[in-house]
Amino acid sequence: MTVLEQRGAYRPSPPPAWQPRTDPAPLLPDAEPYRVLGTESAAKADPGLLLRLYAQLVRGRRYNAQATALTKQGRLAVYPSSTGQEACQIGAALALEERDWLFPSYRDTLAVVARGVDPVQALTLLRGDWHNGYDPYAHRVAPLSTPLATQLPHAVGLAHAARLKGDDVVALAMVGDGGTSEGDFHEALNFAAVWQAPVVFLVQNNGFAISVPLAKQTAAPSLAHKAVGYGMPGRLVDGNDAAAVHEVLAEAVRHARAGGGPTLVEAVTYRLDAHTNADDATRYRQDAEVAAWRAHDPVELLERELTARGLLDEAGIEAARQDAETMAAALREHMNRDPEPDPMDLFDHVYADTTAQLREQRALLRAELEAEQEQSGAGERPGAREGGTR
Amino acid sequence: MTTVAVKPATLAQALNRAMRDAMAADPAVHVLGEDVGTLGGVFRVTDGLAKEFGEDRCTDTPLAEAGILGTAVGMAMYGLRPVVEMQFDAFAYPAFEQLVSHVARMRNRTRGRMPLPITVRVPYGGGIGGVEHHSDSSEVYYMATPGLHVVTPATVADAYGLLRRAIASDDPVVFLEPKRLYWSKDTWDPERPTDVAPIGRAVVRRPGSGATLITYGPSLPVCLEAAEAAQAEGWDLEVIDLRSLVPFDDETVCAAVRRTGRAVVVHESTGFGGPGGEIAARITERCFHHLEAPVLRVAGFDIPYPPPMLERHHLPGVDRILDAVARLQWEAEG
Ligand SMILES: Cc1ncc(C[n+]2csc(CCOP(=O)(O)OP(=O)(O)O)c2C)c(N)n1
Repeated sequence: MTVLEQRGAYRPSPPPAWQPRTDPAPLLPDAEPYRVLGTESAAKADPGLLLRLYAQLVRGRRYNAQATALTKQGRLAVYPSSTGQEACQIGAALALEERDWLFPSYRDTLAVVARGVDPVQALTLLRGDWHNGYDPYAHRVAPLSTPLATQLPHAVGLAHAARLKGDDVVALAMVGDGGTSEGDFHEALNFAAVWQAPVVFLVQNNGFAISVPLAKQTAAPSLAHKAVGYGMPGRLVDGNDAAAVHEVLAEAVRHARAGGGPTLVEAVTYRLDAHTNADDATRYRQDAEVAAWRAHDPVELLERELTARGLLDEAGIEAARQDAETMAAALREHMNRDPEPDPMDLFDHVYADTTAQLREQRALLRAELEAEQEQSGAGERPGAREGGTR
Repeated sequence: MTTVAVKPATLAQALNRAMRDAMAADPAVHVLGEDVGTLGGVFRVTDGLAKEFGEDRCTDTPLAEAGILGTAVGMAMYGLRPVVEMQFDAFAYPAFEQLVSHVARMRNRTRGRMPLPITVRVPYGGGIGGVEHHSDSSEVYYMATPGLHVVTPATVADAYGLLRRAIASDDPVVFLEPKRLYWSKDTWDPERPTDVAPIGRAVVRRPGSGATLITYGPSLPVCLEAAEAAQAEGWDLEVIDLRSLVPFDDETVCAAVRRTGRAVVVHESTGFGGPGGEIAARITERCFHHLEAPVLRVAGFDIPYPPPMLERHHLPGVDRILDAVARLQWEAEG
């Protein structure tokens, strides 16, 4: 059955010369999300890979908990937790080679860290000291993108440029279910398919865009179905199954690298925490739904598989926890220690060569700061106050 | 304009009340946007509207700003009065094409046959510790687009009155909500809301004779604080709240400047190419012979909006305003 017949859409009878460019059938996602853990395919999975995934998942879970705690202490301005989504982020990031690029969305700190970015630097944006804490070229990770879906065309452009240069570089672009409604999502997928760019789009469908459930976001049978209209394959995967996510992403990356063009992968998962610490999730979802998803926890799924196969014992679990604790302790320590950024940095990097106007404004701020320092010694002048609120 | 002292209401509550009253009064008024329904908006400005008027009147849309405003154009074409919410200043940019190419000029293109009574609510400005793209002052982009009204309230009473006026307007209104004032309170009776002057009228918030501070939205409380502090230095400052950037109230502004002979424009949007340049030029053109000193601007720096930890250095504060006022005095003496 073709996708058009399946959707019951109106289909004009084609003129005699008309041929569909592709048969949509092979592009269509399966009806059920692909799973590895708890199925027969699990036996074929590489034990080394599973253990690597496990260690990263445990770290990721701890990272989310630590960052959330830091928002409560006021050390982080905001943190969009990805608890429950660790398998998507890590399974995907580990499917890339070193030379590949990652284009993350604002919730994807774990994927960024899994690419080797320092855990503290990955939090710079959310801490509020600068907009981006790491060198994008050092790890081939674009800055975390706050405006939704806007980074997707960038991924397409970069992958296209790499191919024009003859490099076999693949770009992985991540977006949420809500972000798939943006025009940029459509344009990026269309460009990627027309150019056959080596890009993999990963949608983490965690059920909600802040308060809006998927049913109000799309009428498509699945988000993976959207691929077909652009002429690229769509794949549906259980986003809580790290082995499955890794396998599907790795295949899509291989396909792209070999010149096969883009793939759209939808990972079905769930956001266990609120949207951010500023959000009240009880306004729009039921506890029972959250509980059902807790029973399908990505860390536990993998732990069960590994212990059942004798690849992991109590000591191994403890070692992974210890490693995560060490990372969390370092994160805490840095957040408590790192000094406030220097206000004079405001004027750096606005342009390659600064302007006369910016030099003037820089001098104004320097004079203000010096006066402020003098006054803090000599007592405040009446009414003197710092500008703005925090 | 009187406010009735009953219990304090926040600016956000006044906006909410304005939409409720407008929806109750006119079935053509529809609210749409991201998270405006069940959640009541991320700032709770649309709280309760979906419950009271149903999801067809207050609709959670897909996450697509161009789509939200574009469909609002069609709704308005068919006789509805859409009130759309853009979640944050920088997330309104995807809708820019619709705003500039259609919303702003549909009346003109159709020689008056297809007016678009759309209100575009945009929370704007900094000072709340938001991460990047959550603090832009985008007013100058809207001001530069003919066909749009650009309105920004700074008090609870104005929030109500101006939003009612905006929704009732037969022209599109970009309604800029200073998000750092959402929680500021005033004694204002939500049961007996007061009307305000039509869109396009500025108001003198504090009379004075030494110099005039001209401001709007988020910078109004800062200017009032500066005027208080200036008293200690022996300066009697006047403060004007523009309320509407387009249309611009030349009359009120020029009358004030002619009285004091000195003016400072204060806003947190960037200075270069910012609203202050236009305002200073208008004053100079109309009041040149009354001016004792050049019109000065106190604005945000000409940089992309900085991260939260540094924003206090970027935003115009009391000291920076007082320094400008001091320079005005010096110009007069020297
Ligand atoms: C262009 C744009 N519009 C609105 C927002 C405000 N916003 C931030 S996150 C969010 C919901 C995103 O949902 P989804 O894409 O499903 O990702 P998730 O948060 O679930 O990871 C919204 C509306 C934004 N960041 N960018």
